[in-house]
Amino acid sequence: MRLFATLLLLLALVPTLQAQAADGARLYAQNCAACHGENGSGGIGVPLSLPSFHALTSTDHLRKTIRLGRPGRVMPAFATLADAEVDAIVAHIGSWNPGSFATYAATRIDGNIENGGKHYQKHCSSCHGANGEGGKGTGVTLSRPRDQAIMAPALHNAGFLESTPDLRMKAILTQGVAGTPMLSFLNKGLTEKDIDDLVAFVRSFEKSPLGKSDVGQALPEPVLSVESPYDLKTTIANLKRAAETNNFVFIREQSLDEGIAAPGKENLRQHIVYVCNFGLLAQALNTDPRVGLFLPCRFTIVEHGGKVTMMASNPKRLSQFFNNSELAEMCEQLTKMYQTIMEDATL
Amino acid sequence: MKPLRHFLTWLMVLALLAPAAHADQMLIIRSGQDFEGAMLTLQNAISAQGYKVARVQRVDVGLEARGYKTDKYRVVFYGKPDEFALLAGKHPQLMPFLPLNIAIFAEADQTLLSTNRPSVLGEFFPAAELKPVFALWEKDLLEILEKVREAR
Repeated sequence: MRLFATLLLLLALVPTLQAQAADGARLYAQNCAACHGENGSGGIGVPLSLPSFHALTSTDHLRKTIRLGRPGRVMPAFATLADAEVDAIVAHIGSWNPGSFATYAATRIDGNIENGGKHYQKHCSSCHGANGEGGKGTGVTLSRPRDQAIMAPALHNAGFLESTPDLRMKAILTQGVAGTPMLSFLNKGLTEKDIDDLVAFVRSFEKSPLGKSDVGQALPEPVLSVESPYDLKTTIANLKRAAETNNFVFIREQSLDEGIAAPGKENLRQHIVYVCNFGLLAQALNTDPRVGLFLPCRFTIVEHGGKVTMMASNPKRLSQFFNNSELAEMCEQLTKMYQTIMEDATL
Repeated sequence: MKPLRHFLTWLMVLALLAPAAHADQMLIIRSGQDFEGAMLTLQNAISAQGYKVARVQRVDVGLEARGYKTDKYRVVFYGKPDEFALLAGKHPQLMPFLPLNIAIFAEADQTLLSTNRPSVLGEFFPAAELKPVFALWEKDLLEILEKVREAR
């Protein structure tokens, strides 16, 4: 009788499990595939379908990673997904490899932080950064070599530290992650004690948060705007010259509505000047290929009520969409460049 | 003392995690089509949604001409003629965000598209009359991107 009841229960669960798997595939395609690849092969994001990743990852780690993201490291926090949706995505990722995910107890590993720090600088910092800030860039795209399967994750990151138990860190350090540059440190000559020290060192990052937080700070204005003392034509000429003086190449000038308004009906009191600093552009695209939102760099010049105003969207404000600290620094620099160009154009 | 330390650690963790919430202001999708196919699908989807493609900026061409190695990378600008004239006249501060744009770039034999959610412009420009405009742009954009994502 008990066996019959169990079978009945299992049969009842089959459609639910199938629905969850199907839902997981759809949710994964909508939320994850753009960065992690349709089948988890990686791209901007890490390759989730690697068997070694599967063997070393717990469902709890994946759930927390989806929920918390990696602040400042592109991976967003999916705060609005329902728990069941997160579970469905995790189940879908799990379906790519046989066997279940790993499980880890929350046990904290005691170790010598100082010794761990020495090992970190010697063995880990070249990939994970001197302060655990992670590898540069966002993964395998654009001009990056496509044989590089993964960028070194940021360890000094609140999302990583919260989602990764000590025992998972130890397992990764001990076994390595096959198919990525992460090697087994036991094979590289470290002892189990050294590995415990390394884990304790990485865990100690929690006590010294990296970087600045935006919390409590006023947001920058979305638009940079400077009034010109000159007429429209002179302002445009000045702006082009100022851009070139500041190492930008003039690309093109057009009315704001060119290509949208019927030919001959364009509003000639609203212009866009496109410019580019190609070195900065290449650097920005390697840092975050999603950066097209800013491209090419442009100024809008408008004559309204006898006044001429130069405007540009503020890169510093827009950079907050990207969850990428490295890009945010570049955008801060770009904001200063825009301001300089517009001020130079009024001289 | 320990509970207080735990509480403070949690507060610190929460404060550091807060900026990640900004990330869902970006939209990024993957198309199974190659770059040329996805570009065609995108332009058709933009037109079908009632917008006009203003121009396509060939970012990769400029980069390669100056010796930088890059895969295909373009930015598609689009808008609606009537709406454009009306908005630019009444809300000049909105002009640096016009025309709307979508970045489209190759990743091996697939294609990625990225842009910001138009609804975030509502945070920048809180005028009540703009709210339905941004909402409509977002609805249209999601439909455009879904067409590109589903195309094979």
